[in-house]
Amino acid sequence: MESPGPIAQGTAAPAPQRDASGRALGDNLFLGITGATAAFINLTLLLIIVILADDSLPTLRVFGLPFLWGTSWVPPNGITPQLYGALPFIYGTLVTSALALLIGVPISIGIAIFLVELSPGWLREPLGFVVELLAAVPSVVYGLWGIFVLVPFMGSTVDPALGSALGWTPLFSGSSQGYNMLTAGVILAIMIIPTVSSITRDALKSVPQSQREAALSLGATNWEATRVSVLTYARTGIFGAIILGLGRATGETMAVTMTIGNGNFIHTSLLSSAQSIASFIANNFAEAGYLERSALLELGLVLLGISILTNVVARVLFRSLTGAGEEAGS
Amino acid sequence: MKFDRATRRRWKSHLMAFLCLGCVAIALYPLASILYTSVVRGAQAINADFFTQNLPPPCNPSVESCVTGGIWPALQGSLIMLGIAAAFAIPVGMMAGVFLSQYGHLKTVQSMRFFVDVMTGIPSIVVGIFVYALFLDLAQAGVFNTSWVLSALAGSTALAIVMLPIVARTTDESLRLVPPTLAEAGLALGIRRWRVTLSVVLSTGRTAVITGALLATARALGETAPILLTTHFTTFPAQNLNGPIASLPVLIFQFGTGGFPNQVSLAWGATLLIVGIMLLISIVARVAAGVVGSRAGLGGGG
Repeated sequence: MESPGPIAQGTAAPAPQRDASGRALGDNLFLGITGATAAFINLTLLLIIVILADDSLPTLRVFGLPFLWGTSWVPPNGITPQLYGALPFIYGTLVTSALALLIGVPISIGIAIFLVELSPGWLREPLGFVVELLAAVPSVVYGLWGIFVLVPFMGSTVDPALGSALGWTPLFSGSSQGYNMLTAGVILAIMIIPTVSSITRDALKSVPQSQREAALSLGATNWEATRVSVLTYARTGIFGAIILGLGRATGETMAVTMTIGNGNFIHTSLLSSAQSIASFIANNFAEAGYLERSALLELGLVLLGISILTNVVARVLFRSLTGAGEEAGS
Repeated sequence: MKFDRATRRRWKSHLMAFLCLGCVAIALYPLASILYTSVVRGAQAINADFFTQNLPPPCNPSVESCVTGGIWPALQGSLIMLGIAAAFAIPVGMMAGVFLSQYGHLKTVQSMRFFVDVMTGIPSIVVGIFVYALFLDLAQAGVFNTSWVLSALAGSTALAIVMLPIVARTTDESLRLVPPTLAEAGLALGIRRWRVTLSVVLSTGRTAVITGALLATARALGETAPILLTTHFTTFPAQNLNGPIASLPVLIFQFGTGGFPNQVSLAWGATLLIVGIMLLISIVARVAAGVVGSRAGLGGGG
């Protein structure tokens, strides 16, 4: 987005300058129509923000900002007044996303290092393609696979093992038959691997060969050269990749909804069921009345805010890279 | 002493290389498992009835005899909604992509591209609740009656919004790879710029552009959350655009989480269908990208 495209550099002259007479009409018309479609997409983004903000006003008026740290969610029940607090879901989103990064990022970086620094040339492209296929699998399919393969495995093997080894810590106490934050975090980790690894791969590719050679000529081993000159050199790009992965993990809905166990509470144990913002919206939107729907829309606004923030931060990072004369894939 | 240290460093290097290979294996395992499970469980469900019958009611095989049923209403629903979404999002997205690629040297256009990028990162569930809220607001304002709030049209709108920025950005990326010399040759012949853009730039990049549209459609085929929030699921084929409508991804969610064997089996059948289509389109896209690369001489540029 920063460096003008090759076309732009070559044929940048605006239409009217080339054709002062009526011949510019076609060019201007073309510019107008295509420009209107691009503006339409931008306006859609604006409309999403405005509608979500506008429709969260009823909740904002009643509960104000404490909505964000309230812990109870009480829809109309005829006895107690309605009460909406988002903290359990924000907590669920934070914990599962953190788990996804904790598990997914080292694996993604390992993959990128293998593909750029270690893999034989003929294997590089096909292997990279297969890893990126993980991104083509729809979220709901991850969810179904989670229910029938991952959840039973976690519930019968991983969770009991963690429980018996680390059950004395608050992080791994109790059990929920595999439907819990840890399982959701593992699925999210798998889902962010294609995003994080492919952008990290681009960042590593952009490291000049001379960096590696300099380290190797000083007597560094391959790994030392990778760690000192490649990873350090590419760290901004890698950081951007992690941020984009975070954005993807926070908004992921179906796979989390199907594996997190849907418990509306805050437990410290990773082996406890929970709700993420996205899964909570998916589970409750259909039955929600007026005020509850407004509260759910406000949760959606929070998600939207997170996704815009992560995207802007990541792209500003990539921009700073290209500004420094490097090349980062987007 | 010195020798020991060098050996240790060398072994550490080997170990890290081995760990990196391990990371690749860890990532490939779930993919293989997903494909394997889909094929093994899904293949049992797929027969002639699978594509033509209506969705079966939930049924407990130990108490009653069960109808196997098929996925026809979900297939029909997905085709309708994808058709409408693609008919809107592909042409509009492509035009926007042409604009972004051809006028990308302007500062304003660069920030427009930035926001299209940001839009590709919006979680699809946010698109779902947005469309619901928008349709509800429109219905309450009297633009149409409330039957449209949860409808095939709302689902299509949500899918179109998911597809739009993807089509625009892939078109943009594809056209920016077309060598500027081609367009310059056309301009030098005195052909007007819009003609050059359509006949030279777009036609050179068309394989990549079409591939991008295909990938966006494939992505929309698997999108669940936006459809879940904007449509009423039904076990019968949709009759009209403002009524209930089934779809493949929502079927996978509803039937896959319900636990009734006849429905679970169909969920896996639908999964195999979707995963198969995704795989096919991804491979076609890969091959096409190679073809485009060689035709436009992009070998080093990609």
